[in-house]
Amino acid sequence: MTRSGRIALLALGLGGLLSLLAVAAADLPAFGSVHSAYAAFARHAAYAGRHAANSVAAVVFDVRGMDTMIEEFILFGAATATSLLLRSSRDEEAERAEDQGEGDALKLFGIGGVGAVVVLGLYVVAHGYVTPGGGFQGGVVLATAAALVFLGGTYRAFRRVTPERVLEAAEAVGVLAWPGLGIGVVAAGSAFLANVLPYGSLGSLASAGTIPLLNAATGLAVAAAFTLIGVEFLEELFAERARAEEGEGS
Amino acid sequence: MALSLVAVTALLVVLTRDLVKLTIANSVYGLVLVVLFLVFGAADVALSELVVGAVAMPLAIVVAIVKERGE
Repeated sequence: MTRSGRIALLALGLGGLLSLLAVAAADLPAFGSVHSAYAAFARHAAYAGRHAANSVAAVVFDVRGMDTMIEEFILFGAATATSLLLRSSRDEEAERAEDQGEGDALKLFGIGGVGAVVVLGLYVVAHGYVTPGGGFQGGVVLATAAALVFLGGTYRAFRRVTPERVLEAAEAVGVLAWPGLGIGVVAAGSAFLANVLPYGSLGSLASAGTIPLLNAATGLAVAAAFTLIGVEFLEELFAERARAEEGEGS
Repeated sequence: MALSLVAVTALLVVLTRDLVKLTIANSVYGLVLVVLFLVFGAADVALSELVVGAVAMPLAIVVAIVKERGE
């Protein structure tokens, strides 16, 4: 087909797609004007059904708990694969390069921010089912606290607060808590991951049954997985840097 | 307003060619998306976008760039 023929075909396709999109967009309901049946169900399931003030958390950790469990497995698989791939090409015993840390402003904000970020992360995890937030978001915030130690301090300091064995164990415990709790519930005579604990009072930390447990497990797993991925990336970087310095020295 | 900001920053991301600038543009785009989600009242999604789009992803990209350049 000639060039002009291809362009004509493309124009035809794009024109058709654009006009269909324009027709569809003109027919969209105004924002906030439609209340879907699913939203009504989710709200009812969260507030009345489970005493969870955050309906998103109620859906994620209970109504579709099985989906979230498999998502945990995906994250676990990703972190494991990253570790396997990067570690196999790296000498674990070899030296790592030393660094002196960066400028004073970065040091001040980095080290000064670590405490605040840890508290924020723990808060976002702990209140995940009462206010917006949850194990996933809080977990990533906690992982960024470790990144701040590296940015504001040195690589050596970063590695001291992120021992691989502890991270691996924390990630495994957090992920395994999901099927563990699910099977425990089955053993107690209910469906897999069914919310069998007392619901408590709406809006308090002691509410929503099994949701706080699964939320905390997710926070642990996500914080450990993201930190572990960061450790593997940076290990790679500093092992390479040490090799380069050695090459210069000899 | 928030929607058009998203469109403008998305265009910025596509048109930026320098990798480091692209990373910064991308995290600005993530932040604008956070604002959009907040305007729509989706606080949970906004938090997720904030930690992943504006923090975790730029970090991973920056490490990859540093490694690639061997600095």
